Amino acid sequence: MVLAAPGTNRDHDVAFALGLAGADSRVTLLGELLARPALLGEVQMLVVAGGFSYADALGAGRMWSLALTHGVGDALQSFVAAGDPVLGICNGFQVLTGTHLLPGSLAHNESGHFQCEWVRLEAPASRCVWTDALDPVECPIAHGEGRYVHPDVAALAAAGQVALRYSPGHNPNGSAADIAGVCDPSGVVLGLMPHPENHVLHRQHPRHTRHRQWAGPGPVRARCALREGALRWTPSSMSICPSPTVATGR
Amino acid sequence: MGGGARLTIRSVAADPRSAGLLADAHALGIHTVTGIDVADVVFFAEPLGAEARTAIEAVLVDPLLQTGSWDVPAGGIETALLPGVTDPAATAVQLAMTTIGLAHTGVATGTRFEVHGDAGAADRAALAHRLLANDVIERWADGPIEPHFVDEHATADHSVEHVDVRHLDDDALMDVSRERGLSLDLAELQAVAAHFRAAGRAPTDVELETLAQTWSEHCSHKTFRARITTPDGAEITPLLRQLRVATDAIDARFLRSAFVGNAGIVSFTEGTTLAVKAETHNHPSAIEPFGGANTGVGGVIRDVMGAAHHPIAVTDILCFGPTDTDPAGLPDGVLHPRLVERGVVDGIADYGNKIGLPTVAGAVLYDPGYTANPLVYAGCIGVARDGDWELPGPQPGDLVVVLGGRTGRDGLRGATFSSATMDATTGDVAGASVQIGDPITEKLLIDVLRECGGLYTAITDCGAGGLSSAVGEMAEGVGADVDMALAPLKYPGLRPWEIWLSEAQERMVMAVPPAMWVVLEERCRRHGVEATSLGTFTGDGVLRVRAGDLTVLELDTHFLHDGRPQRAMVAELPTPRRDPAEPPACPDPAATLLALLAHPNIASKERIIRRYDHEIRGTSVVRPLVGAAHDGPADGVVLAEPADRHGVAIGIGVNPWYGVADPERMAHAVVDEAIRNVVAVGADPAMVALLDNFSWGDPRRPSTLGELAMAVQGCCDAALAHAAPFVSGKDSLNNEYLGSDGQRHAVPPTLVITAMAHVPDADRVVTPDLKRAGNVLVLLGHTQWSSGAATSRWCMGCP
Repeated sequence: MVLAAPGTNRDHDVAFALGLAGADSRVTLLGELLARPALLGEVQMLVVAGGFSYADALGAGRMWSLALTHGVGDALQSFVAAGDPVLGICNGFQVLTGTHLLPGSLAHNESGHFQCEWVRLEAPASRCVWTDALDPVECPIAHGEGRYVHPDVAALAAAGQVALRYSPGHNPNGSAADIAGVCDPSGVVLGLMPHPENHVLHRQHPRHTRHRQWAGPGPVRARCALREGALRWTPSSMSICPSPTVATGR
Repeated sequence: MGGGARLTIRSVAADPRSAGLLADAHALGIHTVTGIDVADVVFFAEPLGAEARTAIEAVLVDPLLQTGSWDVPAGGIETALLPGVTDPAATAVQLAMTTIGLAHTGVATGTRFEVHGDAGAADRAALAHRLLANDVIERWADGPIEPHFVDEHATADHSVEHVDVRHLDDDALMDVSRERGLSLDLAELQAVAAHFRAAGRAPTDVELETLAQTWSEHCSHKTFRARITTPDGAEITPLLRQLRVATDAIDARFLRSAFVGNAGIVSFTEGTTLAVKAETHNHPSAIEPFGGANTGVGGVIRDVMGAAHHPIAVTDILCFGPTDTDPAGLPDGVLHPRLVERGVVDGIADYGNKIGLPTVAGAVLYDPGYTANPLVYAGCIGVARDGDWELPGPQPGDLVVVLGGRTGRDGLRGATFSSATMDATTGDVAGASVQIGDPITEKLLIDVLRECGGLYTAITDCGAGGLSSAVGEMAEGVGADVDMALAPLKYPGLRPWEIWLSEAQERMVMAVPPAMWVVLEERCRRHGVEATSLGTFTGDGVLRVRAGDLTVLELDTHFLHDGRPQRAMVAELPTPRRDPAEPPACPDPAATLLALLAHPNIASKERIIRRYDHEIRGTSVVRPLVGAAHDGPADGVVLAEPADRHGVAIGIGVNPWYGVADPERMAHAVVDEAIRNVVAVGADPAMVALLDNFSWGDPRRPSTLGELAMAVQGCCDAALAHAAPFVSGKDSLNNEYLGSDGQRHAVPPTLVITAMAHVPDADRVVTPDLKRAGNVLVLLGHTQWSSGAATSRWCMGCP
């Protein structure tokens, strides 16, 4: 289930990326879930997609997390308790911190404004079923409120909940300890600010014309979003491509 | 604080807005300020108990990031929106209160600035007036501000005023036009008077306003349709006809619709069509840069939706005064270019990013000619299945359905405002013409329209002129009967003419067969989009507007659309400056090169481009930034749907400095530039469609019209030479500012050409960055010395 609230705008991007990995992904509108919380019982994975839910009024993701907590809070807790994976990207990450499924908060970028640029991500060893031992990946950020804040990042790291960090020199927004993504104590809920769903084809990379060996169609393994361990299906459609580490030429 | 409550929310860490504000204050010459802290304020009309306060704080204040205080702080400068300006944050607070089960109360929001340093009252007032509050939409107080809550029980005066223009002499007619801000000329006023003499009654105020909107330069392009003669009596083909003739002569097989409806339509690949449109929002952006640019983007996206296409990308071309302009030298009532630039960029970013469309192609130009008259062009591209855009038009019996945002008292008289010259008082009197957009409401409209194919017979957007223009256009030849009392309102108390003419954003009008209404309503409900039937298309050719039983307008649609007398205008053709310029002495080429690269018009616009999301939808194959560090400017951009092999390239051409010297060759050059930009990234030169956007000074001055006529001729010649047809365009004239010094400040002739072209293989696109050492550089074409208006001349100190 790819969940979209009024103002969500990367739901179709992430649904397409999941489709490439072989998932049967469908966009569900928040209103439909609120009307039928049991819908959660019919899916194996929940993705809270990026965008500007409710125009980010009162703070990014706040209205949406309020609606989730008050509308389907119990169903969501049971979903996570059952070990079903949950992914929040960008606004989805902000929402999951608002529901307290994930620790910390996302504040305004240090620059004070929205930024759109590519970053390189590294996955430290962690409890996260999505990213543990993942090779570095590159993908874009597109946010104004992505500065990760947590009262004790050392404890968070020690607990194995730091799932993704911006590579040294790639921290775009002043996030504490270069943190780009965190997971819950169980490791099944991941939230991250960058958009792996916007790097699933070679030609989506900003330097693809500088690396002709990438020429030709075909997906990149955006493994950040499509980690085998978190998915209940066989990732048979994942293609064999140069891994993003090699492909970036760094 | 009479009985209510206020919550002040401060950032725990330094608020990121503070540093920018301090830099702006210093740039405006206010050096007594050493720091500006920012806080948000929420006002509640009713008193709140301790429990309610705790519950609200839990929602509004994130303890990791913010602190909240219910005390009324001392000092500070506070701002709040003017009554009538939509306050989405207040609406969100009310929604949040409902969600957590609190009783409904009036809510308003504001911003608090705590100013450090030793600024006296005068500096604080200057700071508030010139930086912290925009008087067009906000008010401010030195100290805690008194909130204004929406009156939820206001009642409207439904009376109609009759303005008897039937027997007025010429002077009196012109007085009526001036007093009511109709921007009609004498011949047009005489036509109105004659029409109502024949009808045997006086027009209502609503009818006059509607005619003024429909006949405005903005809506009817009277200059581009005018009969033009030169001083020696030679006739020049009307400008719009010239462009159409050129497009017809090219007869491109990919062309589907040109110069009709809301956007141009082409088909590059079998089974799909693309719609493209660019608009200007110059006057609103001059007085309220954020809202002006914001709603400019929203408006052009609706143009594409009004052509029954699904929007996929946004473009923007911006012209500002130099950002280092001395604030002391600014004409009265003119915002500093630095603030205009910041507001415009914020406005475009806010709308484009939130609505979820990549803002991909564009340009930013700086010139003193734009200081008083900044230009903001916004474009949009959409996609549809071939044929889906071909609608039968409203049928008698179809419902007149308004979709999307609610109607408020915002943006009254925008079309007539944009067709008038500005002066120092414009910001004061035109406040109501400017609004802030609501991109989320428009996003929901995009989503729902995607599911509504086949449910409507016609669609158009509510732009300038609001319902009057949208319903008026759709009713042409068919007639319609609509009741303003049925329109959903943001707040009560609007008069019928205000509802009819309001330019409240994010609304579309559809003609819906009654049999489809239930299905349409259901789809709208699923997406949370409001749809309301205001009446029916009648078939009698008469436009009738009522407020309940009271008729406020009854106009024959033939008169409304065809009754305007063709304007007769005089054009003095310019003598171009084409003297071959000798190369100026260049004693230090290296220094000149560096100066050129550092020139604001040439330097990379990364600082601005990164404010826009150009990654969303995953379609950007060539981005606006290229190179090893993705920071160099691209020529054109390429978009391709992730599942598609083919793509579309977009390129821009613009060069106002050339236009000052030679408008005709400027047109050749910018058409050529736009086409070269798309060909350079991998587009097929045989599959290029063009858009023209003219921003010019007052065309009633024969020399200005002459320059415009030469530019149009240049456009046509260049289009024919490239076999690239014009598919749509827009003109924004009267871009002049009448300073209180009595001097006219006109923009340089600014023609923007957008080229949209087919890219057969999006996996094999080309970018202009040099790839590696040792590669061969090849120069194509013939190079000769020509430096008229070249930036290099300025950098070498030449005029």
